[in-house]
Amino acid sequence: MDRKLTDLWVGMFVIAGVVAVLLLALKAGNLLSFSFSETYQVLANFDNIGGLKTRAPVKSAGVVVGRVIKVGFDDKTYEAVVTLAMDRNYSFPKDTSAKILTSGLLGEQYIGLEPGGDDAKLADGGKIKTTQSAIVLENLISQFLFSKAAEGKSDSKDSGAAPSGISAPPGITAPPGIGAPAAGIQGGPKSENNKDSK
Amino acid sequence: MRAFARSIGHGVIDAVAKLGYFARLFVLTLRQSGTAFARLRLTIAQIHFIGNYSLVIIVVSGLFVGFVLGLQGYNTLQRYGSEQALGLLVALSLVRELGPVVTALLFAGRAGTSITAEIGLMKAGEQLTAMEMMAVSPVARVLAPRFWAGVVSMPLLAAMFSAVGVFGGYIVGVVMIGVDEGAFWSQMQNGVDWIDDVGNGVIKSIVFGIAVTFIAVFEGYDSQPTPEGVSRATTRTVVSSSLAVLALDFILTALMFTKG
Repeated sequence: MDRKLTDLWVGMFVIAGVVAVLLLALKAGNLLSFSFSETYQVLANFDNIGGLKTRAPVKSAGVVVGRVIKVGFDDKTYEAVVTLAMDRNYSFPKDTSAKILTSGLLGEQYIGLEPGGDDAKLADGGKIKTTQSAIVLENLISQFLFSKAAEGKSDSKDSGAAPSGISAPPGITAPPGIGAPAAGIQGGPKSENNKDSK
Repeated sequence: MRAFARSIGHGVIDAVAKLGYFARLFVLTLRQSGTAFARLRLTIAQIHFIGNYSLVIIVVSGLFVGFVLGLQGYNTLQRYGSEQALGLLVALSLVRELGPVVTALLFAGRAGTSITAEIGLMKAGEQLTAMEMMAVSPVARVLAPRFWAGVVSMPLLAAMFSAVGVFGGYIVGVVMIGVDEGAFWSQMQNGVDWIDDVGNGVIKSIVFGIAVTFIAVFEGYDSQPTPEGVSRATTRTVVSSSLAVLALDFILTALMFTKG
């Protein structure tokens, strides 16, 4: 009888330990949030990914819809190739745009998706064409200074000839907020970053 | 002067010889572990003694360590306006470091000492010699079950310590101070990886369990068979296993958490 009781207590001890490990893995760790049932992969090229890491969330309207599973580099175009694993439950139009955002002022970086209006959907292995790079503070400052200098020069001739200077400040306010409309992404910052990085 | 030099030489030779004996006994214990599994009751009785009776001290310490982490973490984090990261801070520090290390230190004090004292007194009472006379190997019958019981108990205790500690951090951070509950858990879940953090913490605690338990077993087996010798062996158990745990922790942390 005494033996049985010891066994019982030891069994309870072992169960409590295993439960604690499971609790840590499930409640504190990301065992659950990491396992999307089924995913499809989408590629996106960025001029600059900043501090984006694998396993960073992909969000649309603030909801996590996928994760970054691979970050690579294309030495033909000198762009970063980011592979996203998207939850099968969510599909996005073909002309969806992706941009790299920062949660909070100094938080981790994630990819924000803004759906377009196309009827065709992104398929497995598809590619997101419109992307906006991460905002690198140094580039932003140099752009700002550059445009200030250009402004000073052009002020004497023509005040409207500095589009790059005007589009830079909205770039600063974009990441914490709701984000600029899709048209702004394609036009302004993207083309600028292209020039800067090459 | 010559006596002094001689004592240094003796000390070095003794230390190296003891280390060699330690390693030899470790291999011997592993090789004679068959009994510990064939007669599982021996091991289970030891788990009951080593594991179950350590539960109270582990759970209470874990709870209070969690409380303190919650308070201190909050005070530091709110300076930078990032008190939402409290859950992450509490969980990471517990799972990676404090859980395994503090549990191992407590375990050395709670279970290691009693193992050493028990084996030392068995030796002093010539029970081990009597076993050898009856062709029963004391290594297989006494050392191995205690060793394996410690190795099994230690990771379980460390996991409970961490889990209770996270709960303690939750009580102080969310219930008492009022950090947002959703942010507390979601930041934790975003930041804690179940392989890199939880898994490595478990590996750490297994290594510490092996180190602490075997040092305790060894010191008892190696003790002078006198009351004084047993008390010295008990002291040595606590000192050497604490040092071993801290040194091993540094090495393991360097191996596990330095990549990228």
